[in-house]
Amino acid sequence: MSAQHTHDAHGHDDHHDDSGPHSTFSGYMAGFVLSIILTAIPFWLVMAKVIADRNTAVLVLGGFAVIQILVHMVFFLHMNGKVEGGWTLLSTIFTVVFVAIAITGTLWVMFHMNANMMPEHPQVPASAQHGPGTPHNAAP
Amino acid sequence: MSDIRLHTGAVAGALAPREYHLAHEPHPENGTALGFWLYLMSDCLIFAALFATYGVLGRSCAAGPTGAQLFDLPLVALNTAFLLLSSITFGFAMLRKQLGDVKGTLLWLAVTGLFGLCFLGLELYEFAHLLHEGAGPQRSAFLSAFFTLVGTHGLHVTFGLIWLVVLMVQIGKHGLIPENNRRLMCLSMFWHFLDVVWIGVFTFVYLMGVL
Repeated sequence: MSAQHTHDAHGHDDHHDDSGPHSTFSGYMAGFVLSIILTAIPFWLVMAKVIADRNTAVLVLGGFAVIQILVHMVFFLHMNGKVEGGWTLLSTIFTVVFVAIAITGTLWVMFHMNANMMPEHPQVPASAQHGPGTPHNAAP
Repeated sequence: MSDIRLHTGAVAGALAPREYHLAHEPHPENGTALGFWLYLMSDCLIFAALFATYGVLGRSCAAGPTGAQLFDLPLVALNTAFLLLSSITFGFAMLRKQLGDVKGTLLWLAVTGLFGLCFLGLELYEFAHLLHEGAGPQRSAFLSAFFTLVGTHGLHVTFGLIWLVVLMVQIGKHGLIPENNRRLMCLSMFWHFLDVVWIGVFTFVYLMGVL
């Protein structure tokens, strides 16, 4: 579909013709139609309140986003394993791994910190709760 | 060990004179594309940090308005449509470029710029509306993170538009020379990349914010 731009042998300047991969009308249209569908469905799901459960909805929306990003990568950014001898794909995989670690790691750490730092109920001084003879850590 | 190496080096030097300057630089044929791709990936890291920040602060409204109260989904859908259309029209410009059609390329680039301008205008309208309602970036952590993330994307689109106009002038002046083809390829990657980031924005900020 998106074959690499083949460099003709006429003229030495062609060596520097960095015009990118060859693209086709059908490739762009396929990507466009797919991305319209993949955009319309999530908007419809939210605006028509199709999914009642919030967690399910988040997972479904995230799934649609991932698929649409892949569609854009393949059809619009002409991503495949052969571009630049695979270095484009390799750097993308590195970035995806990095982004995944950064985002999930941040959320994980920060939500745990929130849970540990903020009391669920207003704290009362320990001396007011317990009598003089009661050990402080006696709560069940 | 070093003695042996010296010895073999001397033998090789005796057999053939060493070439320190190659007639052809051994660089990859399409190095610009990979270099620009690496820039886009580093840009991706900026957006990852901003998405992570928004993910942490997105529910910290400081008793102010929440996303569900503020976001106008039909407006966001229209904005998404503008950006998606500008992506496909840029694709059409690239197809005209492949045919060497200067006028067609310029025409589709102009259409792309118009859609980009519509996107930016609508986003600025949304920002102005939020500020008017007192939901500016200083209102809560959620709104700070929102304005930073969406504003950074909008800033990218703005610079993409400036680049687009400059490139249109260049193409009008010099035609589709190899240099302009290379620039066009980079801008096309930039533009499609911004569309990819917007997928994340409308999904994780707007749609999940309204849930």
